[in-house]
Amino acid sequence: MRKYLFFILLMVTTIIQARGVYQHPDAFLDDVFSGEVPKPKFVWFTGETGKQATSILKHKPASLRTRYWSKGKRSVWILEEIGKEKFITTGIVINDNKIEKVKVLIFRESRGWEIKRNEFTQQFSNATLTSEGNLSKRIDGISGATLSVKAVTRLSHLALYLHSIVVKSDGN
Amino acid sequence: MINRTTIIALCLGLTGYAHSSEDVEHLHKDIEQVKKQYIEVKQQLDAAMSAMEKSNNPSSSHSKTHIGGYGELHYNNLDNKNPGGSDTKEIDFHRFVLMFSHEFSDTIRFVSELELEHALVEDTSDGSGPGELELEQAYIEFDLSETASGKAGVFLVPVGILNETHEPPTFYGVERNNVEKNIIPSTWWEAGAAYSTRFDSGISLDVAAHSGLNTSSTSNYAVRSGRQKSAKAAADDLAYTARIKWSGVPGLELAATLQHQSDITQSTDATAGSANLIEAHAVWQKGPFNLRALYATWDLDGSGPASVGADEQTGWYVEPSFRINEQWGVFARYNEWDNRAGDATDSEYSQVDVGLNYWPHADVVLKIDYQDQDAPTGSSEYDGINIGVGYQF
Repeated sequence: MRKYLFFILLMVTTIIQARGVYQHPDAFLDDVFSGEVPKPKFVWFTGETGKQATSILKHKPASLRTRYWSKGKRSVWILEEIGKEKFITTGIVINDNKIEKVKVLIFRESRGWEIKRNEFTQQFSNATLTSEGNLSKRIDGISGATLSVKAVTRLSHLALYLHSIVVKSDGN
Repeated sequence: MINRTTIIALCLGLTGYAHSSEDVEHLHKDIEQVKKQYIEVKQQLDAAMSAMEKSNNPSSSHSKTHIGGYGELHYNNLDNKNPGGSDTKEIDFHRFVLMFSHEFSDTIRFVSELELEHALVEDTSDGSGPGELELEQAYIEFDLSETASGKAGVFLVPVGILNETHEPPTFYGVERNNVEKNIIPSTWWEAGAAYSTRFDSGISLDVAAHSGLNTSSTSNYAVRSGRQKSAKAAADDLAYTARIKWSGVPGLELAATLQHQSDITQSTDATAGSANLIEAHAVWQKGPFNLRALYATWDLDGSGPASVGADEQTGWYVEPSFRINEQWGVFARYNEWDNRAGDATDSEYSQVDVGLNYWPHADVVLKIDYQDQDAPTGSSEYDGINIGVGYQF
């Protein structure tokens, strides 16, 4: 009986908090730009950009455009993609056409929480687009969370592609 | 949308008609007006898009109720090497699964899995229908903090590699491996309560108190025959499970599960009693290479299980695989299992599997494999080909 009481007590007394909000996107932007966050700009998923984004995500983007923040050779992207059932919100920093940082900001899936760990996201550091437009690095997965890993990989790939587009149009 | 090109074109067009300073002045006014309109339209468009994005934010507008599922069709063409034994030549829609989940709030959700096995549930007088309708999961989960959760209901026991993650595109081989099937025994679900917590080091811990197995001497105390499937299950003697898992390095998972059954016959057999399961496994993925290895062993108390050698039930397998590219992967697996390993009688099975997976889409898989089994003398020994198609969504 004491065992059951222990379980119940443990459940009731633990403070209930929001699940898996590891860092609010605004706080992530603040961190990246040291508090001086530039005004957001937009990339529209129209024409060739839409086609390429669809090819990378393997489905049409969920919105007509996406916001980004850029300063110098850096751009920051807050992107969302479904893992198995739920959206994963990811912050991606591109610097001079290389991935500087990937951070899982909000994770809503029931399996695969390990993708938020630095040991996983660090695998993306310095990844670039190959001449064929693919991600230059192979990412080691997490057992039981293959779809979440693929989702974050697709978002990183997309951020690199979108950065290459805005570099051209912004003339950076 | 009016853009710069339009304005320039307008200017050029208007220029053709500008013959006097008055015309030029009009032209400037027109340009200013067009500019003003352009800025207004752009502001209105931005405002409209922002409002639309706010109300249609993909993650916030995502339905609170989600329907998922998976399924697999199998073709088995197996010869029985045991003299007089019957071959297995059949096509079977082995599993058709629907999964419903619902988010009551950010911290409370319902998860379920309803499975139709073997395509048909027939109402026969002796219960000899080919299939089963099974409620494998139906629980309420509570997030207790960012790193801890509890659940109550019917859930999959936290043990092994396949027991909790068994959607067809996630594993090699048409049929699930015989070690997890006969020793763990997967797929295995129980009713009760569980608590899970995880640490930044990559360690996670699961503990659960739940209904127990109910095996008997008529099945030689095989653990698989003891699954009560939460159907008016005898609850005289509960079971307790603890699992520790470490996935601190990308691509690597190490896990161990301990389970204690208070009485594996639910106190119906005085010659049997408690039982303990120890399971350990490793999953290692490095680039295209993947290695899975698992060991599981049961220790059953009592003279009843000991009398038929079922006091020890043990199995292990090792499965290297190679992902050629996104679409293709090959594997080999060596399995050994014995549900009566407690005596010197020949009761051990072994099996070698080799095969191929083809994923035309990340969630769809076609599989083919060849199995070569070695069974105890006098038991069915199946060698042959399995072909399957599976999906998840």
